[in-house]
Amino acid sequence: MIFQHLPILQILIPLLAAPLALLLRTPLLSWALALVASWASLAVSVALLLRVLAEGVVVYELGDWAAPWGIEYRIDALNGFVLIIISLIGAIVVPYAKRSVEAEVQDRRIYLFYTMLLLCMSGLLGITITGDAFNLFVFLEVSSLSTYVLISLGRDRRALIAAYRYLIVGTIGATFYIIGVGLLYMSTGSLNIGDLARLVPALADNRTVQAGMAFLTLGLSIKAAVFPLHLWLPNAYTYAPSAVTVFLAATATKVAVYALIRVVFTIFGGVDLFEAFGVHTTLMMMAIVAMFVGSIVAVYQGNIKRMLAYSSIAQIGYIILGLSFDSVTGVTAGIVHLFNHALTKGGLFMAMGCIALVAGSVRLDDMAGLGKRMPVTMAAFVAGGLSLIGVPLTVGFVSKWYLIKAALEQGSMLIAMLIVLSSLIAVAYVWRVVEVAYFRDPPDGDTAVREAPVSMLVPMLILVGASVYFGIDASTTLDIAGAAAAALMGVGG
Amino acid sequence: MLALLVVTVIAAVRSTDLFAAAILFGIYSFLTAILFMDLDAVDVAFTEAAVGAGVSTVLLLSTLRLTGRYEQRHKHSPALPLVVVGLTGAALVYGMTDAPDFGDPEAPAHTHVAKRYIEDGPRETGVPNMVTGVLASYRGYDTLGEVFVVFTAGLAVMMLLGTRVRGGRSSGREAIGDLLVLRVVGKVLIAFVMLFGLYVQFHGDYGAGGGFQAGVIFATALIVYDLVFGEADARRVMPHIWTERLIAIGILIYLGVGVAGMLLGGPFLDYSKLATDPVKGEHLGILLVEFGIGVAVFGAVMSIFNAFSGLRLPSEGGRDDV
Repeated sequence: MIFQHLPILQILIPLLAAPLALLLRTPLLSWALALVASWASLAVSVALLLRVLAEGVVVYELGDWAAPWGIEYRIDALNGFVLIIISLIGAIVVPYAKRSVEAEVQDRRIYLFYTMLLLCMSGLLGITITGDAFNLFVFLEVSSLSTYVLISLGRDRRALIAAYRYLIVGTIGATFYIIGVGLLYMSTGSLNIGDLARLVPALADNRTVQAGMAFLTLGLSIKAAVFPLHLWLPNAYTYAPSAVTVFLAATATKVAVYALIRVVFTIFGGVDLFEAFGVHTTLMMMAIVAMFVGSIVAVYQGNIKRMLAYSSIAQIGYIILGLSFDSVTGVTAGIVHLFNHALTKGGLFMAMGCIALVAGSVRLDDMAGLGKRMPVTMAAFVAGGLSLIGVPLTVGFVSKWYLIKAALEQGSMLIAMLIVLSSLIAVAYVWRVVEVAYFRDPPDGDTAVREAPVSMLVPMLILVGASVYFGIDASTTLDIAGAAAAALMGVGG
Repeated sequence: MLALLVVTVIAAVRSTDLFAAAILFGIYSFLTAILFMDLDAVDVAFTEAAVGAGVSTVLLLSTLRLTGRYEQRHKHSPALPLVVVGLTGAALVYGMTDAPDFGDPEAPAHTHVAKRYIEDGPRETGVPNMVTGVLASYRGYDTLGEVFVVFTAGLAVMMLLGTRVRGGRSSGREAIGDLLVLRVVGKVLIAFVMLFGLYVQFHGDYGAGGGFQAGVIFATALIVYDLVFGEADARRVMPHIWTERLIAIGILIYLGVGVAGMLLGGPFLDYSKLATDPVKGEHLGILLVEFGIGVAVFGAVMSIFNAFSGLRLPSEGGRDDV
């Protein structure tokens, strides 16, 4: 019986845990509950993906009403894979969060913090798993609201302003999305994604449908921080509590990109979107500019959390670039980079959280000599940095290899060169940190080793380790991403 | 009506007196509610009137008590926002040029999924009000999600403003003085508002209404009590910790109904398994779920109101925890 209910359990576990965590009201118990819920959720998502790979698409009809009348959950290789990203990061962030949150969030708010984290997790999972465009919006709201609050909990007062900015921009994004859904409902009468994909091609010339497409794409691009709609991101990541930054950087924008993939390749898959409206070239241009601007701005940041945030904008550029090729290889590269970047950035921001806890600052100037004082954390940072650059034997290399392959498939030597060139900029910003941490002496000559607690080091090492493991043996992730891309392009023809 | 709406909103935006703007937004919501009535969307009109015109205005006013009445002049130029708004408007107008005609019975929105809701809804769900049928059953999962949005919003306000009970709470007489008229009218009114709330709660399956509206109405009754008789008395009726617990309990009722459907062999939120007769089960499920919504919404609105009214002006304490 459990087996048949897997799709709903994926959401139900964190969703049930959230009000329970609120009722418990004690930091330790709420944390323990979040821990159990996140690991159970990970187990469910692994079981689900295995089932999808074995049997094909899994459908679950909520309330026993068949779609399109009721709401259905529909899991294929693509969202099964994204579910794993979210729940994996969730399961690793919760143990990491314990010490970090104790240091950064007030005691009497900690139980609320875990309630919010669980809600955010459920929201992101809900967006990913659903087969219904309006249901997606509902969970988008749950995840967005909880995200704003989580960001605002940062110690720095600027966290409040960052959260407020994001709230305004994020609300505009969500409103655009719902206007788009409304326009599509007006002209098709359906909210089900699969149903829409069937109905839309016949209406490709309808202006209401076209406007709907524009609103959907734009709304989700804001949430995904696609350049030039990324302005909310750097401050939000910089001032949020460390554990929150890890979770958001590794999951939130990825889920928005996933939703974007659904809109572009599933709902409008039957329409020759890329050709008809020049979306192809627009996205490609934006992606390339993002790769360069994000990386170059990152080089000049004094706050390393902010530097990593700008690097995220560049990395989202790589993902969008992959999608814009509109080929199986390109989309595979985009999807696999969702996973790879989540591992890399999650690990890097975890290193920042350790440094914030022990050294009290994540500014570059305060990092002198950290290579000696926090050897494990800095080693993890270097490994993560290598993956950002795309050095062989890391996941970053796998992603970039596929991107370049996709570019060459299209006969575009220029884009392949640009990918390599932008990676060289990543060398510059990673090297700045390495130089200060390893080759400069600590200001007070204090070289005694003081590391972060084991409960934070282990999750960090797991993520960094995974980003090396999947860099050496990428067959699993590439197979799944390839299957997902083939299914998407099969629909898109 | 539409012209009035436009006038109101322009007045609200241009006004630097935030108090006036808050009231204007209340009027705006009320006009919208009347428009919805005009379009025969009674349930939506009801919600808009209760939430938009009622509670939101109260919350905006309580915020103003903390911030000050007049707006500061902005320094940044309005050019960029104007361009964005203009483009959005243009895109909407462009989209509308191909939209089905207003009220066209052949429009896709009426012929695709809605057809079954209208023709078979009452029979399949056992509730005559098909809006309730769609909300609580066909798309019951969305409604669960919406309750979670309310839950998140309530918690968000609590987290940002803090829930610490501070000293110096006033009970009735000190709060607004001994206004006899207000007290007598308040007493009578509260009883009727609560009765109306109960009616809306348990009659949502036949007429307009349901858990969302009922929760808000019930909360209104308590807010009136709070305003007339003072916070200390109101807190005695509904202690702080309970408003917080009620949100969680309401949500757990909803989830519980869903899980019960699972345990009885159906998918999540399958109410038809709750009784031997599937239609009766649907009806029962909808009632229980609406009750859960009512409890959760009540708790959330109260928590938000308490969080605001619990704060004093900055000189008297302000954010105690920054």
